[in-house]
Amino acid sequence: MAGISIAGVSVAFDGRRVVDDVTLDVGAGEWLNIVGPNGAGKTTLLRVLAGLTAFDGTVTIDGRDAGTMRRRDLARLVALVPQIPQIPPGMSVAHYVLLGRTPHLRPLGAEGRSDLEAARVALERLDLLDVAERPVTTLSGGERQRVLVARLLAQDAPIALLDEPTTALDVGHQQQVLDLVDELRHDHRLTVIATMHDLTLAAQYGDRVALLDAGRLAATGTAAAVLTEDGLATLYGARVRVLRDGDSLVVVPVRRSGS
Amino acid sequence: MLEPPAIRAAGLRPSWIAGGGVALLVAGVAGLSMGAVPIAAPRILLELLDHVPGIDVRSGLSPREADIVWELRAPRVALGFLVGAMLAVAGASFQGVFRNPLADPYLLGAAAGAGLGATIAIGGHLDWEVGPFDTIPLAAFVGTLVAVFLAYAVSTVGGRDPSPAVLLLAGVAVMTFLTAVQTFLLQRQADTIREVYTFILGRLLTAGWGEVVLVLPYAGLSITVLLLHRRRLDVLAVGDDEATSLGVDVTRTRLVIVVFASLATAAAVSVSGLIGFVGLVVPHIVRLLAGSSFRVVLPLSVLFGAAFLVLADLVARTALSPSEIPIGVVTAFFGAPFFVLVLRARGRLV
Repeated sequence: MAGISIAGVSVAFDGRRVVDDVTLDVGAGEWLNIVGPNGAGKTTLLRVLAGLTAFDGTVTIDGRDAGTMRRRDLARLVALVPQIPQIPPGMSVAHYVLLGRTPHLRPLGAEGRSDLEAARVALERLDLLDVAERPVTTLSGGERQRVLVARLLAQDAPIALLDEPTTALDVGHQQQVLDLVDELRHDHRLTVIATMHDLTLAAQYGDRVALLDAGRLAATGTAAAVLTEDGLATLYGARVRVLRDGDSLVVVPVRRSGS
Repeated sequence: MLEPPAIRAAGLRPSWIAGGGVALLVAGVAGLSMGAVPIAAPRILLELLDHVPGIDVRSGLSPREADIVWELRAPRVALGFLVGAMLAVAGASFQGVFRNPLADPYLLGAAAGAGLGATIAIGGHLDWEVGPFDTIPLAAFVGTLVAVFLAYAVSTVGGRDPSPAVLLLAGVAVMTFLTAVQTFLLQRQADTIREVYTFILGRLLTAGWGEVVLVLPYAGLSITVLLLHRRRLDVLAVGDDEATSLGVDVTRTRLVIVVFASLATAAAVSVSGLIGFVGLVVPHIVRLLAGSSFRVVLPLSVLFGAAFLVLADLVARTALSPSEIPIGVVTAFFGAPFFVLVLRARGRLV
C-alpha cells in the first residue's frame, strides 16, 4: 500500500496553466475520483502522477519524491490505464498483459518464471485465460477493458491511475469494470485515482471526489459534499438534480422546461 | 484438477528458427555451387563438412574448384548474408521505433546520406582510416546518421510524436536534399562519377575476404544490439506514454535503436551500395507468416534477410552471365510479387 501526496502542483502549456497549484493527499488504499468539466485538467493531473508531464511543485509517493525517481522505480509504484490505449495489431492478450512486467525485468532482460506466473494469475483473475492467445484487437470493448486491468494487475504497482475507465463502455460493462476495480482494490490493497466523466458513477464508486475547475482544486470531500446542484450548475453550466438513492447519489440532467 | 494453460513469453517457435536455418543452408549451398563453373551441391556439402573441425571427408573438389568456392564465392556469400541480415533487421527496427510499417532505411533518407558520405569520401580522396575501419564505410556511416537524425528532427518540429505521414515526408525531404547535394558534388567532380555510381547502384563486391572482415564488426555489433532490444520494441509498440508508464526511457531507447539500425544500414550500404526492398519487405513477410511480436520479427528477419539476399545475388550474377544485373533490381523484381502473394494469402497489411 502506498499513498500519494500532491503539494502545490502546477502544469503550464504555452504559458496557460492547465493545472494550477493543486494540493491533495490520497491515503494508502483510498479511491479518489477526479471530476470536472472538459478541459479542467483532470487528465493532465493524472499524467503528472504517472510521470508523463513536467510539473512545478512536489509529488510524494510512498514517502519518496516522485520528481527524482527513476522511471523503472516509479513504474513499480504507479500503473496507468490510459483512456485510449494504443493496442499493437496482432499482439496477443497474454503478450500484452506480460508487458505489464516490464518494470520488474532486468534492463533488456526477458520474462522469467515469476513474470509468466504473475501474468497467468492476472489473466485468471480477470477470466481471460480462454482468450489469452487471441489478438487484443479482436476482443469486444468490455473484454479489452479487462485486458487493460489485467496488465495493471501484472504490473503489480500499489497505485492505480485510471483515465476515464468507463468512457467507451455500455452501462453494464461500466458497472462491471468499476466493481472489478473495487474488488481488486480490496484484494490487492490498491490506491486508486480515477478521472471520471460520469458524475453518478463518480459518486457511487470510491471514497472521495475531487472537483477540478480550470486547473484549480474547487472542492474535495465525500460525493454528497462536493456534488451539489448549485455547485455543478456553476461549474458545468448544467442544470442537474442530485437525488438520493439509499446512501448513494444520482446526478440527473434536467432539460430546460418549455423549450 | 486441470493444470492451467501455461503463458508463453514469446511466439518464436523452434520450427521457425529451424526454417530460417534451412533457408540459410539452401541459399549458402546454392550460392557456392552455382556460377560459371557449376559444382554439384552434394560436393559443396561435403566440402563444407570437411571444414567442420573434427570431421574429415573427401569432397573430391580439384584445387581450382576449391579456390573458386573458398576465394571467389564464399566471401561473396558471406557478405550477402551479412548485408541481407543487417538491412532486414535495420528495416524491422526502424518500423518498430517509428511505429510506421512503411519505414525502411531508404525512406528515411539514410541511404541517401550514406551515398553522399561515400561521394564526398571518393571525390575528396579522403583518407581518415580509424583503426580497422576504412574511409568509405566511415563516411557512409556519418552520412547515414546525419540523414536519419535530420529526418527525425524535421518530423518532430511542432509535435512530439510524429505521425507516419509526417515522418515519411520528412524522410523524402531529407533524401531529396542530400541527393541534390550529392548530384552537385558529382557534377563538379566528373572524373569520380563512374566510381561513385558503380558504388551506389548496388552490387556485392568482393575481392577475397577483405570486405567481409571490414563489415563484420559493424554487423556483429549492430545486429546484437538490435536483437537485445526486441522486447523493448514490443513495449514501444503501445505508444510513448504507455511505454514510459511501464518504466521505459523512451527517448533513450529510441536513440539507441536508431543509432544501431543506422550503423547496420551504413555498413550495408558501404559494401553493397543501395539495395532496396530487403529492409521493407523481409520483416513484413516474416510478420505475416510468423507473428507480429518483435521478438519473432527481429531474429527471423536476420535469418531470412540473409538467405533472401544471397539468393537474389545468385540470380543477379547468373541470370545474364557473364554480365551482372544490379542486385537491387533482382530484390525488387522477385520481392514485390512475392510480397503481394503473401498479402493476398493473409489478407492484412500489418
